Amino acid sequence: MSRIEVLKTYKIYIGGQFPRTESGRFYQPKVNKKAIANMCQSSRKDFRNAVVAARKAQGGWANKTTYNRSQILYRIAEVLEGRKAQFVEELMLQGTTENAAKEEVNLSIDRMIYYAGWCDKFVQLYSTVNPVSGSYFNFSVPEPTGVVAVFAPEQSGLLGLVTQVCSIIAGGNACVVLASESKPLCAITFAEVMATSDVPGGVVNILTGNRAELLTFFASHMDVNTTLYCGDDKAAIKTIQEIAVESMKRVRVREDGDYFDAKHENPYYIFDFQETKTTWHPIEKIAGAGSGY
Amino acid sequence: MKQINFFDTPKVDQVGINDRISRITSRSIKDEAKMQGLYMILNMIDLTTLEGADTEDKVKHICYKAMHLHDEYPGLPTTAAVCVYPNFVKTAVNELKGSGVKVASVATAFPSGQSSLEAKLADVKLAVENGADEVDMVLSRGKFHSGDYQFVYDEIVQIKKACGKARLKVILETGELGNLDNVRRASDIAMHAGADFIKTSTGKISPAATLPVTLVMLEAIKDYYYQTGRMVGMKPAGGISNSKLALQYLLMVKETLGGKWLNNTYFRFGASSLANDVLMQIMKQKTGNYQSKDYFSKD
Repeated sequence: MSRIEVLKTYKIYIGGQFPRTESGRFYQPKVNKKAIANMCQSSRKDFRNAVVAARKAQGGWANKTTYNRSQILYRIAEVLEGRKAQFVEELMLQGTTENAAKEEVNLSIDRMIYYAGWCDKFVQLYSTVNPVSGSYFNFSVPEPTGVVAVFAPEQSGLLGLVTQVCSIIAGGNACVVLASESKPLCAITFAEVMATSDVPGGVVNILTGNRAELLTFFASHMDVNTTLYCGDDKAAIKTIQEIAVESMKRVRVREDGDYFDAKHENPYYIFDFQETKTTWHPIEKIAGAGSGY
Repeated sequence: MKQINFFDTPKVDQVGINDRISRITSRSIKDEAKMQGLYMILNMIDLTTLEGADTEDKVKHICYKAMHLHDEYPGLPTTAAVCVYPNFVKTAVNELKGSGVKVASVATAFPSGQSSLEAKLADVKLAVENGADEVDMVLSRGKFHSGDYQFVYDEIVQIKKACGKARLKVILETGELGNLDNVRRASDIAMHAGADFIKTSTGKISPAATLPVTLVMLEAIKDYYYQTGRMVGMKPAGGISNSKLALQYLLMVKETLGGKWLNNTYFRFGASSLANDVLMQIMKQKTGNYQSKDYFSKD
């Protein structure tokens, strides 16, 4: 007797939980006109809930030692490694060839490890002691920007997403990500990996749905510190930049291209989501130099 | 007055309560009705600070906040009251003079209530003499659980007497009462002993206020009203930190007791962070943008 296959309903990931969208809507990404899964079509309220969860989690995440964050990112890579087969299968379902899928999964794991390594090193790289005229010890250090809203790359459903998410959380931020609309399966499976790998709930939140519908909310939410847009739709970028002014939000734009390229392994990706804090510390005159350092 | 047997108070149907709650929480309130509700909530808040670390300045801060919720947006009401420890009542009274915001003080060995009657009465006297408009006392849960309902009743009567003109709120501390039958019984004792308000919690115990507990208390108030004609107020306190939940409380009051209770003479929220969430909702309705805590004063 032939069996009817069960089509998985992928739920969204908010605050460490997997709720359905509050709107009750869904959509079916299609490959060759055939539906491959049921996905939640998230609403602005799901986004709002995710931002609340991200804000709640961000402080604790930023306060972890950089070394511990590094360990947790490495743990994500480990768990990813254990679930390789599922990712490969999903990528193939989304229309990738087997070899390309394997390569993408492997590189995603490697990239996670790459950014795990940077967690306890980038601060040293981007900190400076500044020469000032006066008896002050003046230094600058990067600090996490806070909550980042992300439009993940549309074409690179897994590798692109992993690259963005790990560079953001490596620096102590929390994020709310809208996954690729046409290739969303791996994003939610990646969320399942997050949920089982010591990442505190709320640090990464992943929604699926329609980019155009959520565009303005990602830009206008007063409690989002930076919006990252991956793609090249000039009109959308302009809209985000205009709305973001209202809350002095930073807007970052990255391409939606070939994430296999090694240029995406770059510590400046972490620095993009940092704010520089400068401290003036009064000191005595030292070494007869007259001024500070 | 007729003796009441508190061993014989009505039993609560827990399944029925949960069913009513689930119907209330699945309703949504929008647009104009939501805005009216939000304004009403602000005007029903007892802005509360009850920390060991409270200082005069902290009390002055929340008094200012009670009067100036968000000056950037004119036309907002003040909160109903400010709720502090007895030793800060004088400060609060001075700060709030002429504003219409009342001063409530917890008393009677808050939050445990474990002390002698003399000490509790002295506590109340201190609050009332310093000018508190309202006194929030705690129920003796230990005696209640021992079945010594007469003691609990008499104590409330004594404290009510000591309050004079000040209105008395009786905190049941429902998180320590165990079940809804006890909540109902404690509500009845408090009301018959003369409470002007019954209040769920001190805020120091989890769970604090919940919808089911509040519904049981509202039903008790309704029955008491039918028996005696006296309107007793209700104050859920602790754990109500977002507007949506607060609106559901209002809905429940309206459905159970009716519009007569929908003002700050008969209904209050004991909360410290609710006000900011309501303000954020009001600004969201006004500007269309989701808001951030960064743009609102902390106390």
